[in-house]
Amino acid sequence: MEITVEDLLDKYKTMVKIRRFEEKVSELFAKGKIPGFLHLSIGQEAVPAGMRNVVKKGDYLISTHRAHGHMIAWGLDLSKMFAELFGKETGYNRGRGGSMHICDPNSGALFASAIVGAGTVIATGSGLSAKLRKTDQVTICFMGDGATEEGTFHEGLNLAAIWKLPVVFVVENNMYAISMCVKNAMLCEKISDRAKAYGMPGITVDGNDVLAVHKAFKDAVKRARDGGGPTLIECLTYRHHGHWEGDPDYTAEVYRKREEVQEWLKRDPIKIFEIKLKEMGVLNQQIIEKIEKEIQVEIEEAVKYAERSPLPDPEKIIEDVFSTTDGV
Amino acid sequence: MGYDMKEITMRDAIREALWEEMERDPNVFLIGEDIGTLGNIFGITTNFIKKFGKERVRDTPLSESAIIGCAIGAAMTGMRPVAEIMYMDFMGCCFDTICNQAAKIRFMSGGKVSVPMVIRTNCGAGFQAAAQHSQSWEAIFMHVPGIKIAIPSTPYDAKGLLKTAIRGDDPVLFLEHKMLYFTKGFIPDEEYLIPFGKADVKREGKDVTIVATLAVIPKAIRAADILAKEGIDAEVIDPRTLVPLDKQTIINSVKKTGRVVIVTEENKRGASSAEIASIIAEEAWNWLKAPIKRIGAPNTPVPFSPPLENYYIPNEEKIINAVKEILST
Repeated sequence: MEITVEDLLDKYKTMVKIRRFEEKVSELFAKGKIPGFLHLSIGQEAVPAGMRNVVKKGDYLISTHRAHGHMIAWGLDLSKMFAELFGKETGYNRGRGGSMHICDPNSGALFASAIVGAGTVIATGSGLSAKLRKTDQVTICFMGDGATEEGTFHEGLNLAAIWKLPVVFVVENNMYAISMCVKNAMLCEKISDRAKAYGMPGITVDGNDVLAVHKAFKDAVKRARDGGGPTLIECLTYRHHGHWEGDPDYTAEVYRKREEVQEWLKRDPIKIFEIKLKEMGVLNQQIIEKIEKEIQVEIEEAVKYAERSPLPDPEKIIEDVFSTTDGV
Repeated sequence: MGYDMKEITMRDAIREALWEEMERDPNVFLIGEDIGTLGNIFGITTNFIKKFGKERVRDTPLSESAIIGCAIGAAMTGMRPVAEIMYMDFMGCCFDTICNQAAKIRFMSGGKVSVPMVIRTNCGAGFQAAAQHSQSWEAIFMHVPGIKIAIPSTPYDAKGLLKTAIRGDDPVLFLEHKMLYFTKGFIPDEEYLIPFGKADVKREGKDVTIVATLAVIPKAIRAADILAKEGIDAEVIDPRTLVPLDKQTIINSVKKTGRVVIVTEENKRGASSAEIASIIAEEAWNWLKAPIKRIGAPNTPVPFSPPLENYYIPNEEKIINAVKEILST
């Protein structure tokens, strides 16, 4: 597979950026500085990084409650992301959304829905819109394994297939829908087997191998852009933290065995990629330190921006329910 | 009036609104079950597919969540979809996409994106269609912030409100009472729009206010005509949209008459009439000469058998009795 050195380093940097961002969020949450629910993507960074340099300006993104990584990989600004996490007026959603809903429709990152599976049907709409307007825009729709258990998944994938819509459905299979193990939630061997039911290609890749993910994205996006219709990509991965920050499993082994967690920690996507890039002669300790430093500065400044930003004015709560305040 | 008028059914008024808006704006498209080849179960979109093609008149599989979800995604990216849910009862299948997605996306994004879509559906009883093809669920959706609700009772209102709905920037639930599809009324040949949030006084009167919706409006007018023969002068108000609701026209009428009966076909418990009654109690209490009276359907599923269904649906007799009751207090 052809891939440039710049692209390789960009992917590595994206993964590290997501990891450090999530770690900072976890730390600030533990200190009580971030209100609400948090669903972190530590351990799953290779999936959004695989999308980098495959999508282009004008494409669309639909995501879920666990979307920080997707949004960072899409190019969102960390300052406005932290501001949203802090519930500030300067946040992407002006403090109306929070962690689960950070999005930026202006750049095509249309929405992040926390109703599992809902994104699949909305993605058919941005796909249809591109088709009706005769553009070559592609929609990337992320979801977790739990979404494939919802009725909307079936309706959305089927509609995308029969209308040959330019949508790439990406399942981050981290094996657990909170505590429900995917093995107990379906009898198919793989989630990608479900694609057969809709007559669309389905592929399962190692979701901790960023280059495998990248290849899958590249093929699926090309197919969508060329009018070939949707693809279902299943990325096998693992979340290092609990479903939410505070999930008792993280410390008490409620639904995941310690050995299983340890096994997956050994397969850390960043570590794997680091070793590979070093072997390729693309990465060395000096470059790593430089990347880490840059990201550290970016995150520190983003947090400062968020802390200094104003809180929303409660009087303005009636704005944005509708296009005018009539009917609020 | 200075306009040429024509008599038309409500079904054809809805057809005209859709046809004209599709001709006017290439971003308007239709999506739903049996709307293309069949042309809708009531013939509302007959021949639309011949005129506008299957790309813009999209027959879908039986996937209500996908119909609404697809409309949402298209609306967020520059299109103006008009989705059809065949019967309002089927909204049980897409409650999430309507109430958690369409209704909330603008707000949750901090006002960064609009969702300009219309969801048309038929509601109401009277066809002996039993409990899953006859319901009136306006209060359920009225409760959820972020959805506008149009409730036309005449061909004139239906056409003008539907055009406004399609051109607006917010999600609209457009309710068509199935018993009204073949009722007739006059509309002008010229184009017109009806703004949301403007009630219409269907009959002026000074003794009592009757607020009614959808298929109850013609019954309320007939009841008022019968009452007039007995010397009782009833005013009939049609809110025309429940969200936004024109409180002022209702309050002004109640201040004039001091007596009000609110009639809708919904199950009485938690109906839109309860919301209207509470607004009157909060804002016009001092003008009331008698307790507010509400009429609704019993708190049962819609029954099938004709005598049961006839008993279930509010009628002229119930309205007349309620008016007389509050006039005697």
